Amino acid sequence: MLLSVNSMQKMLTIISNVLKGSASKNGAASEVARVVAARTYADFTAEATFDVKKCDTHRLDDAPPTKSVLTREDALKYYRTMQVIRRMELKADQLYKQKIIRGFCHLSDGQEACAVGIEAGIKPTDHLITSYRAHGYTYTRGVSAREILAELTGRRGGCAKGKGGSMHMYANNFYGGNGIVGAQVPLGAGVALACKYLDTDQVCATLYGDGAANQGQIFEAYNMASLWKLPCIFICENNKYAMGTSVERSSASTEYYKRGDFIPGLRVDGMDILCVKEATKYAADLCRAGKGPIVMELQTYRYHGHSMSDPGVSYRTREEIQEVRSKSDPISLLKDRMLANNMASVEELKEIDVQVRKEIEEAAQFATTDPEPPLEELCNHIFYNDAPLEVRGTLPWTKLKSIS
Amino acid sequence: MALLKSCVRSGRNVFAVILRRELHKTAPALVQVTVRDALTQAMDEELERDERVFLMGEEVAQYDGAYKVSRGLWKKYGDKRIIDTPITEMGFAGIAVGSAMAGLRPICEFMTFNFSMQAIDQIINSAAKTSYMSAGLQSVPIVFRGPNGHSAGVAAQHSQCFAAWYGHCPGLKVLSPWSAEDAKGLLKAAIRDDNPVVFLENELLYGVAFEVSEEAQSKDFVVPIGKAKVERQGTRITLVSHSRYVGHCLDAAAVLAKEGIECEVINLRSIRPLDMETIESSVAKTNHLVTVEGGWPQFGVGAEICARIMEGPAFNYLDAPVIRVTGVDIPMPYAKILEDNSVPQIKDIIISVKKSLNI
Repeated sequence: MLLSVNSMQKMLTIISNVLKGSASKNGAASEVARVVAARTYADFTAEATFDVKKCDTHRLDDAPPTKSVLTREDALKYYRTMQVIRRMELKADQLYKQKIIRGFCHLSDGQEACAVGIEAGIKPTDHLITSYRAHGYTYTRGVSAREILAELTGRRGGCAKGKGGSMHMYANNFYGGNGIVGAQVPLGAGVALACKYLDTDQVCATLYGDGAANQGQIFEAYNMASLWKLPCIFICENNKYAMGTSVERSSASTEYYKRGDFIPGLRVDGMDILCVKEATKYAADLCRAGKGPIVMELQTYRYHGHSMSDPGVSYRTREEIQEVRSKSDPISLLKDRMLANNMASVEELKEIDVQVRKEIEEAAQFATTDPEPPLEELCNHIFYNDAPLEVRGTLPWTKLKSIS
Repeated sequence: MALLKSCVRSGRNVFAVILRRELHKTAPALVQVTVRDALTQAMDEELERDERVFLMGEEVAQYDGAYKVSRGLWKKYGDKRIIDTPITEMGFAGIAVGSAMAGLRPICEFMTFNFSMQAIDQIINSAAKTSYMSAGLQSVPIVFRGPNGHSAGVAAQHSQCFAAWYGHCPGLKVLSPWSAEDAKGLLKAAIRDDNPVVFLENELLYGVAFEVSEEAQSKDFVVPIGKAKVERQGTRITLVSHSRYVGHCLDAAAVLAKEGIECEVINLRSIRPLDMETIESSVAKTNHLVTVEGGWPQFGVGAEICARIMEGPAFNYLDAPVIRVTGVDIPMPYAKILEDNSVPQIKDIIISVKKSLNI
């Protein structure tokens, strides 16, 4: 009986799955299973092409491709990154409920495909700025989960030394983390202006939510970005609710990808990381060709409420949340694709899950044991690259010191 | 007459200059420069010195500036570096701040600081606080400049002084030049500073000419931020002011000198940081203090000086309470007689000096 390579692979995978399944009950079988499993790693699909939903367009003659090529290497990377963000956000939820994180905490679980997809569509030398729902982007832009959690718990090992908190995390080519709704959009257009001025071929991904989308300053930014052809990708993360106000109740027009009017726009499936990636790449190429700006609306969903003080169920039903979780979860979508196309095995993905859980546990451990910032540093960094200065304390005779 | 007045203002006696020229080595070549030209020169020199510096604002390019402060710059530097913006302060101030975060050194002009209120969130929350919030990772080297305070007949919405509002906020440096030398040296210092600077000019001063020393004519002349200048030495009483009212104080001092009262006049130059050391040293010498400002009294610059004098060593040197001469606590009226009586006059300063000295 001649078997094709494909069916051979499938058989081996099935065998290894069965053996692995019994490994927990029978220790002896696990050794064999591991050997079989190891042998199958080399037989995984190196690359596969997937259909992605066609983006709705506004003022565009063409659109991002409806097919996306995904390598096994990238697939694993995207899976892992999304899992880190998911687990990190859930850990933040836990720490907040234990009162170890305080103040504002806006979580983005459910929206992982946006952060990871955008990062996949731009280069590390490109720029990105977003709102306060920023933990995922802080991670994709290069800050470790450890430093993010330690910033949330307000420790000296936090990425902003505990001075910023949830909404004010920065990294190279990442301008936060911004607390004032909509203010980051002109800032992002300004970063794009710098890209053009300095004659780099970099772009700036400038993110905002459906709530911010009605801000006047965004339209001011649209106008100037368009007038001056700035390489700015305006990205609206539409998760359907601005705090407790649904898009229908806040916006006369909910077609956020068209709100740029004279600016071309794309409406993208924000739960499909490949759709986000292709759209971002398309938008970035357009900007790099000097045809910017462009508006991209990512249709996505957040599982948590607006922030940790919002249970998130007074303005939407639990059924709705559950439906999105079961039908459109971004991590599940990628996982199913990978497994269905033999790009990875169940064990391999489980192994990644275990590693990610460990990484987040260690990060949380650091974040809860690292000491708080020293009081001597209270007044530091008021200015940048400046001589030390004296700062008035709470009392007239208290002279505190500030160094840059 | 104008020359004499400006000589008085620069604290030098005309005759002393002539004498020095005859008996000693040649005196430094003084030139007359208007505040406007000093500002233009400062920007021109800094634009030339550093390619990352650029100017943006309404009418700054093709119109040569609403008040002609950027005259000639667009012709010399072109569209890339001198940018006309639409009338959208919040948007363009945000764009300016973003460009500063990404490595440029913008000068963001507000046609008057009254319009900066539309952009004040970007100035305070996006610019001023960022270095601190990021623990020094992200700097914002930006200058916000434009005319501040009252002009002539422009009424309530166009006449507010913002020195106290911006002076309140940590993370900002706030400057208020008076003379041409102040204007040039402080603006150059502001542009070279890696932090957000609010630069409060005064429309009524733009056309006023001052003597500028040879040193101040140099392309590397900068005035240190945070240091006040003693414009006139005195022994009886200290007058502290900023911007236009420094001139009023000097005029009042000239009148009082005839009565034998020698006033020390301090030009703050810097609202934040405030140079209390210079003020305190002066009060230790004179024992009397009068502050003069165009802005409203409540929570104003004079109020801050009073509080700090009281908290510091100079309190024990005061022989009388500090007197604040301020604008009247009303929105600015339009009619000339009303407007003239809404702001400090020279006679108000003279009366305050005499009250403090109990004369």
